[in-house]
Amino acid sequence: MTQEGWTRKDLVGIADLSPQEIQLILDTAESFREVSERPIKKVPTLRGKTVVNLFFEASTRTRSSFEIAEKRLSADSLNFSSASSSLSKGESLIDTALNLQAMAPDLLVIRHSHPGVPHMLAERLPSGVINAGDGAHEHPTQALLDALTILQHKGRLEGLKISIVGDIEHSRVVRSNIHLLNKMGAEVTLAGPRTMMPVEAEKLGVRVVYTLDEAIKGADVIMMLRVQLERQSRLAFPSTREYFSLFGLTRERLKRAKRGVIIMHPGPMNRGVEIASDVADGPYSVILEQVANGVAVRMAVLYLLAGALQEAA
Amino acid sequence: MSGGLKLKKNVLSAQQMARILRRMAGEILERNGGVEGLMLVGIRTRGVPMAEGLAAEIERSEGQKVPIGVLDITLYRDDLSVIAPQPVVKETRLPGPVEDQTLVLCDDVLYTGRTIRAALDALTDYGRPRAVQLAVLVDRGHRELPIQADFVGRKIASAADELVEVRFVDTDGEDKVTIMEPE
Repeated sequence: MTQEGWTRKDLVGIADLSPQEIQLILDTAESFREVSERPIKKVPTLRGKTVVNLFFEASTRTRSSFEIAEKRLSADSLNFSSASSSLSKGESLIDTALNLQAMAPDLLVIRHSHPGVPHMLAERLPSGVINAGDGAHEHPTQALLDALTILQHKGRLEGLKISIVGDIEHSRVVRSNIHLLNKMGAEVTLAGPRTMMPVEAEKLGVRVVYTLDEAIKGADVIMMLRVQLERQSRLAFPSTREYFSLFGLTRERLKRAKRGVIIMHPGPMNRGVEIASDVADGPYSVILEQVANGVAVRMAVLYLLAGALQEAA
Repeated sequence: MSGGLKLKKNVLSAQQMARILRRMAGEILERNGGVEGLMLVGIRTRGVPMAEGLAAEIERSEGQKVPIGVLDITLYRDDLSVIAPQPVVKETRLPGPVEDQTLVLCDDVLYTGRTIRAALDALTDYGRPRAVQLAVLVDRGHRELPIQADFVGRKIASAADELVEVRFVDTDGEDKVTIMEPE
């Protein structure tokens, strides 16, 4: 890629991106934040472009965030969710996608429970594809909005100590975040019960600890993950009460944190499981800023990909 | 830009630019009867140092500051579907509400008029100013839209394949206007 140009038609994961590409998205998102603060929160930039939001897995936050981003850029958007689409009638994924393609959308935003689905569609379809979460693989726009939030508070990513706590194994948010933070020079620590830690997690280029106190100590940023109660086929811990007593972030535990620490959570939160209510609503929490930044990041990604499509055409 | 460009002509020196800005500041004040309700809005990139230059001149003669805004018109360009990759989006920052203000849009060069068209659309999204006026340092002709400036520093004749280059100390290290032509 050139100094200041984006040339990819898809955003499938953070793993493929260069630090320059990540920086470009973050800089662009920072500029887009202002659009959401105006009296008229709309710009004509993607007028005449069609974006299809294809959600094969439940999502409120990410889907509405993409939808708002699309509307603020004046794109026409269309929502498909698995419950109401032909997928429930037995149509294969690729057939659904080809049918959608026949309607000539410019961009597809896709969430799917199987890792690699966005990648497959990106290879086969001429539309730009944005991964909105694929299984436990990647969730690139979440990692980007996390990075934007950290930047706003800390002014940099390089050299920061960032602890990610909770259900590491099932989290696509963690994977994208590790890729991004490593590329940008931050120091990542993972913490969680052994039953929720992937084997050989150290090989991801991170520090691994098994207690919350070790994760809190010296951290500039603490990112709490949601305990995915619905994905817990086998119990990884005896009870949510026990989880809270060992890994729940409370005000008491936060007393040992570094001055100026910020607390993040990708949502939706289980209050009283991974995070205490008074911490979630407390002065160090930037959880709602993450949501606002999500719209800016998605606007930036939609804008950049739309330009790359023109180049290909 | 394909192919190299070479200097054809020096158009304005730093001293000439300073005199022109002083004159334009006077014209803006005369036309609007002072600084009351006035806001200068510089179009990125080189409309910004120009707006700052005008504001400094206005402050010198009136003893009052004029608020300055910065406008990025990228999201309003009419050629986004033609050019790739996407131009870099920068922030727009207006010092306050535009309602009932008289805005003076500042840009270094007036050429096709498309930038100004985009700027007018962008401003509309911030509200309804009392009036919008246009100040440009150089008007080089070749308009593609029915747009004219209210305050013009210097009108110059140029061919379509030439480049009128305006440089400011803040952005380029010197105050200078030149015409470049293809090699």
